[in-house]
Amino acid sequence: MTASALTVARTRRRRGRQDRASHAVLHIVLIAGSIVMIYPLIWMIGASFKPENEIFSGAILNPFPAHFSWSNYVSGWAGSGEITFGQFFLNSLLVCVGAIVGNLISCSLAAYSFARMRFKLRGLWFAVMLGMLMLPFPVTIVPQYIMFHALGWTNSILPLIIPKFFGVESFFVFLMIQFIRTIPRELEQAAQVDGANRFQIFVRVVLPLLTPALVTTTIFTFIWTWNDFFSQLIYLGKPERYTVAVGLQSFLDATGQSQWGAMFAMTTLSLIPVFLLFLFFQRRLVEGIATTGLK
Amino acid sequence: MTAVESEPRRAVATAARPRRRVRRQHGDNLAGYLFLIPWLIGVVVFVAGPTLASLYLSFTNFNLLSAPRWVGLQNYIQLFTVDPRYLHSIVVTVIYVVFSVPLSLIAALVLALLLNAKIKGVGIYRSIYYVPSLLGGSVAIAILWRQIFDSNGIFSKLLQLFGLPATSWISSPGLAIWTLIFLHIWQFGSPMVIFLAGLKQIPAELYEAASTEGASKWRQLRSITLPLLTPIVFFNLILTLINSFQAFTPAYVVSSGTGGPLDSTLFYTLYLYINGFTNFRMGYASAQGWVLLIVVGVFTAIAFITSRYWVYYEDSEKR
Repeated sequence: MTASALTVARTRRRRGRQDRASHAVLHIVLIAGSIVMIYPLIWMIGASFKPENEIFSGAILNPFPAHFSWSNYVSGWAGSGEITFGQFFLNSLLVCVGAIVGNLISCSLAAYSFARMRFKLRGLWFAVMLGMLMLPFPVTIVPQYIMFHALGWTNSILPLIIPKFFGVESFFVFLMIQFIRTIPRELEQAAQVDGANRFQIFVRVVLPLLTPALVTTTIFTFIWTWNDFFSQLIYLGKPERYTVAVGLQSFLDATGQSQWGAMFAMTTLSLIPVFLLFLFFQRRLVEGIATTGLK
Repeated sequence: MTAVESEPRRAVATAARPRRRVRRQHGDNLAGYLFLIPWLIGVVVFVAGPTLASLYLSFTNFNLLSAPRWVGLQNYIQLFTVDPRYLHSIVVTVIYVVFSVPLSLIAALVLALLLNAKIKGVGIYRSIYYVPSLLGGSVAIAILWRQIFDSNGIFSKLLQLFGLPATSWISSPGLAIWTLIFLHIWQFGSPMVIFLAGLKQIPAELYEAASTEGASKWRQLRSITLPLLTPIVFFNLILTLINSFQAFTPAYVVSSGTGGPLDSTLFYTLYLYINGFTNFRMGYASAQGWVLLIVVGVFTAIAFITSRYWVYYEDSEKR
């Protein structure tokens, strides 16, 4: 081994050692950060299994229950009035399914038009669509409420669902446009040569290829609708129509913060659907954010 | 862009070409609009119509029971001259935006840079940092927050461990807003993911070239990574800015819908909600909505105008 080769080997070894040391520091920093990030969640889940008197005992910081109990889930599920959380979950699910179906149909139709067709004022409408991304919802919420009130739809879930059938969520229109643009036109042209009309091309060629974007739309619509509070709060006045979000708030108001165990049992349950979606579709979620964010 | 341009026929200059081009450009008029019908109805009925209607309502008094009564600029004058709660809600919202937007973007950027490294378990870290952004907007987390920062909550207990006084941050007028700022920062995961996607798009050759030239890691960060990332910083800034001006859920839950203690969590949208949907002063609430629209518009415009000076676009140098 020549002298120069030796130095190279030595520096490399030193660099390897440095890398390992800096990686160790990085891991420590990242682990500490992770603990800070998820400690509140772990604590909440733990508290939901603790008897009420244990939650705020001396060992409050310890997230793991000393006496494991399901009773919070039983008392929480019963709710504060006559309506149980089962009804709230069912209502939330209904609203989510309606919003998802609406978004999938209306946004894909609009996106196909924007992405593949040339028509008068297309540029203008496209600008309108982008502008809607930035329009603050408080501007339109009052007249929308007045309109739904006049229709007699307040106290029903219709105001939360019907607008979605008309493509009001520009985010998803934009997401689908970006996706359709990556699909090669040849497939559609081949279908056209075979005599398919625009609608047949859309249903048989474009929609199947659009599946990834449709899945992303489904997941995001679910999460946003599940977490939504403002519109559910103003439209759903009767307890039997409450969604989980409104139900949790009314449970908090009704129990006067005296039943934290039951409260945390229900907040934990309410986060499970979103968390499961995250576990199964993590990559989709991340890609969805990245594509609409960047391209 | 158009189909005509991509066809080889384009090169052949004929007298008929301009007319054909016009026809082809709008050749999908019928089909295009047929597919767009639901969306167009949505724009008119749920977006443009209500936006104009709320402009009209903002010049009226309307309580949902009797017909709107025209009052001219009175609502706007009242907002800015005789309604201290309104001016206070602006102050609260501005404090919230000024602290939570930059802090959450810095956290997102730093974590994205750290998690861009090739280390073991990076996927798990990313997931852990990302999850709060999916859950954080919910009522459930706001309720949890309310308890965490109460006098018997875990945050107070932690402060006690370090010998600091244990007070209820939620019911202290000076501190309550900070719990909401913390909640916002806690959700830095979604801008972080956008930053990570941006970091992946920076060509590796740039770093290779820089390190053969002997540039330090710090130098590479300053001269390659950060400049090339500015468009994404800009995008994230616009997105978080618009969202945080409209924040509602955490303030509502933490204060039981009142904006308390002493209006210290009276977010702009929360005060709009109180006026419009608990007091049913819908003309007044509409005026608030329009001021918000203008403010968000101005901020977005400022961001776009100043972006020329600090956002780096690759094609701008060729121009």
